[in-house]
Amino acid sequence: MIEQILTASVFASMIRLATPYIFAGIGETFGQRSGVLNLGVDGIMLMGAFFSFYTVYATGSLVLGLLAALLIGLLLGLTTAFISVTLKAEQGISGIGMYLFGLGMSELLFQKLIGTPKSVSGFPRLYIPVLSDIQFLGIGEIFFNHNLLVYLAFFLVPVSAFVLNRTTFGLMIRAVGQNPEAADAMGINVARVRYMTVTLGGLFSGLAGASLSIALLNVFQQNLTSGLGFIAVALVYFGRWKPFGVLAGALLFSFVNALQLQVSAIGLDIPSEFAVMAPYVITIIALVFASKQTEKPTALTKPFERGE
Amino acid sequence: MNNRRIQHLQMQGIVKRFPGVLAVNHVDFDVRAGEIHALLGENGAGKSTLMKMLYGLYHPDEGRILIDGDEAKIRSPHDAIQQGIGMIHQHFMLVPSLTVAENIALGMKSSRGLVLDLDVVSKRVRRLSEQYNLKVNPDVPIWQLAVGEQQRVEILRALYKGAALLILDEPTAVLTPQEVDDLFRILRKMTEEGHALIFISHKLHEVLAISSRITVLRDGQRVDTIPTEQATKLKLAQMMVGRPVVLEYERHPCQPGDERLSLSGVSAISDRGDLGLKEVSLAVYGGEIVGVAGVSGNGQRELAQVIAGLRPVTGGTIHVGGLNVTGKPPAAMNVLGVSYIPEERMEDGVIKEFTVSENLVLQDHGRKPYTRGGIFLNFHVIAKTCKEAIRAYEIKTPGADTPVKSLSGGNIQKLVLARELSRRPKVLIAAQPTRGVDIGATEYIHRRLLEERSKGTAILLISEDLDEIMALSDRILVMYEGRIVGEVPGGKVDVRRLGAMMAGATLDSVEEKA
Ligand SMILES: Nc1ncnc2c1ncn2[C@@H]1O[C@H](COP(=O)(O)OP(=O)(O)OP(=O)(O)O)[C@@H](O)[C@H]1O
Ligand SMILES: [Mg+2]
Repeated sequence: MIEQILTASVFASMIRLATPYIFAGIGETFGQRSGVLNLGVDGIMLMGAFFSFYTVYATGSLVLGLLAALLIGLLLGLTTAFISVTLKAEQGISGIGMYLFGLGMSELLFQKLIGTPKSVSGFPRLYIPVLSDIQFLGIGEIFFNHNLLVYLAFFLVPVSAFVLNRTTFGLMIRAVGQNPEAADAMGINVARVRYMTVTLGGLFSGLAGASLSIALLNVFQQNLTSGLGFIAVALVYFGRWKPFGVLAGALLFSFVNALQLQVSAIGLDIPSEFAVMAPYVITIIALVFASKQTEKPTALTKPFERGE
Repeated sequence: MNNRRIQHLQMQGIVKRFPGVLAVNHVDFDVRAGEIHALLGENGAGKSTLMKMLYGLYHPDEGRILIDGDEAKIRSPHDAIQQGIGMIHQHFMLVPSLTVAENIALGMKSSRGLVLDLDVVSKRVRRLSEQYNLKVNPDVPIWQLAVGEQQRVEILRALYKGAALLILDEPTAVLTPQEVDDLFRILRKMTEEGHALIFISHKLHEVLAISSRITVLRDGQRVDTIPTEQATKLKLAQMMVGRPVVLEYERHPCQPGDERLSLSGVSAISDRGDLGLKEVSLAVYGGEIVGVAGVSGNGQRELAQVIAGLRPVTGGTIHVGGLNVTGKPPAAMNVLGVSYIPEERMEDGVIKEFTVSENLVLQDHGRKPYTRGGIFLNFHVIAKTCKEAIRAYEIKTPGADTPVKSLSGGNIQKLVLARELSRRPKVLIAAQPTRGVDIGATEYIHRRLLEERSKGTAILLISEDLDEIMALSDRILVMYEGRIVGEVPGGKVDVRRLGAMMAGATLDSVEEKA
């Protein structure tokens, strides 16, 4: 039975399904490392998913679809930054506002512009000569049989770790998230750094949405993400604010998702509710037991104001 | 890196208002290349506020700043740094989770463009710290450093950035006499190289030793600016306080009572993860002040924290009034009558966002008379107690409802002292009680400590200020590398001998040399 469940195709879908979690989680990591909690990720993802889907549906161009997701992600990221950095709004509440906006708006636009569920042909799997053909342990199928966005997501992880740990920009982000007063005194524009990270987070959330609607599922429907963006926020905590930690969490989640699909595919008699609940239960357990020694930004959710 | 020189910087007619306070009132101030201009004044006189305006952290309501005759617009620290102005802040501006090198690299251009060049920074920091004899390891995170070491990082950072004009807001408050000498050597060297320096300190002998001109502020106004040759301690003290000040105290002979606090073989792990406190044994009796002298980072902080119940012990026992309290939490220590004036008052002593009155009842809000039935706070009583404390301790604040973070440094210390002493402690642990406190208030705090001593309180005074230790202690313990390496009676002590012991020489070897 184990052999029936743990097939190469389960691992392949684990890799594939990790994509939206990675995009959204990494984007959120940047914001949180600089001290801004964006709970609106799911809303931005839905908008990204819709706009990319609609663009591909209307024009047939995947490139334009991707650009549409990036553009809406950028706009909503900027809006989030404006609300939490400039207006200094309570971040938890304003994030939920952004989520509800994205949820309602994407559905409304879907009803008005498309109406009934349709599908598009999204990013195709890339055939990589030699690598895709490796039969040994199913490596070709598991690792080298995916679409462009999957590779992009995985590529983003080391790049983000490098940016955070090894660049001047990353140093500013960490300083701003830990002690904005000190960063300010060193001539760093705290607001500008936070605008940049939150906007970057918006861009990545848009991409996360697109990865669902024009690469993995190739459909759009109401509440397509079903809370995936919130999981991404939890993954940042789970991953202790580190890109590779987020990656580990994303893989754990997508593995459970993949198992869930497989189990129902082979018709095992496990109530599907359990399978749906599993990822969330795992998150909570993982968060409880996760080490307390962390990189947690001490200024998280605290707007910065000079003592004037 | 900035090689521009500032020949003459002038601040003219500067005014700054905060809600309820006129913090700086039409002040003129200037500094020239090659000189050290000292700024003196009591806590809350407006020194830091004036300097923060120069550094772009605050914006003056009136007045202007001229650099070499041209009006300079300094809207942010970034502008100030661009103009060649650096500042070492009274409260450290370091990011605890980052390393020394990262803190120094923060906000600076990297030699590798977008990629950090921490190895280059580390190397340069090492060179600078050798050159100026400021021992700092560039690769450890700030949170592992003692306050004195953090101060060195701040100084190094300013040197690294090569500021033409450097503001030092109470840089010596956390340094030992030897370290102050070293700092002064650095400052003199900087003036010879053409830097302009502004130096703030509450220690008159330092100001007299290092500066060429002195400006005194009182209640936001400039009292006068005089050349240092014409100044004396008494004259300066009088200018600052507006009345004659006593610089020496009368003390009754010590009459030790019962044993109140005893430690035997106590060890503890420091933040760095090594054994910060090594089998320390000591006893403090009612009615005496035991001074603990030592260079910052030699276990004093751990010592204070284990007694206050803030740090777990790994060996040994602690007794308070004969009761074994080893491993008891801070609240239990409070109930037993142990009061603690912490070294890092901004972190451990107050809650910055809370108001003055909330901070005053922080520990006792659950007890009578501050509560009704243990649930509701009795605001009437709290307000009355606060008003009394503010008056008695001369805490300068617009009101009891002002958040503590907008008080000046010395006034925050008075607040902590007021709270801890109002609890009529049996044992008082005072860590650096007058660090950053002006002479008027220092005099006041010292007198309060001596009063507590006459009332029979057992006082453990942990201080890096040797003058303070010698002025107050009945016995002096010297700490070095986590151990108590010697005890000398208070009163007439040879400073050099004490200094040598603080640097690691044992009592015997010191006596042999003498
Ligand atoms: N951010 C702020 N908001 C409100 N009031 C403030 C603020 N900063 C300072 N003040 C007030 O302005 C006055 C001057 O404070 P300042 O910090 O300049 O004093 P200081 O001379 O540096 O004193 P100290 O020696 O204690 O450091 C004080 O009354 C203080 O309470
Ligand atoms: Mg000050």
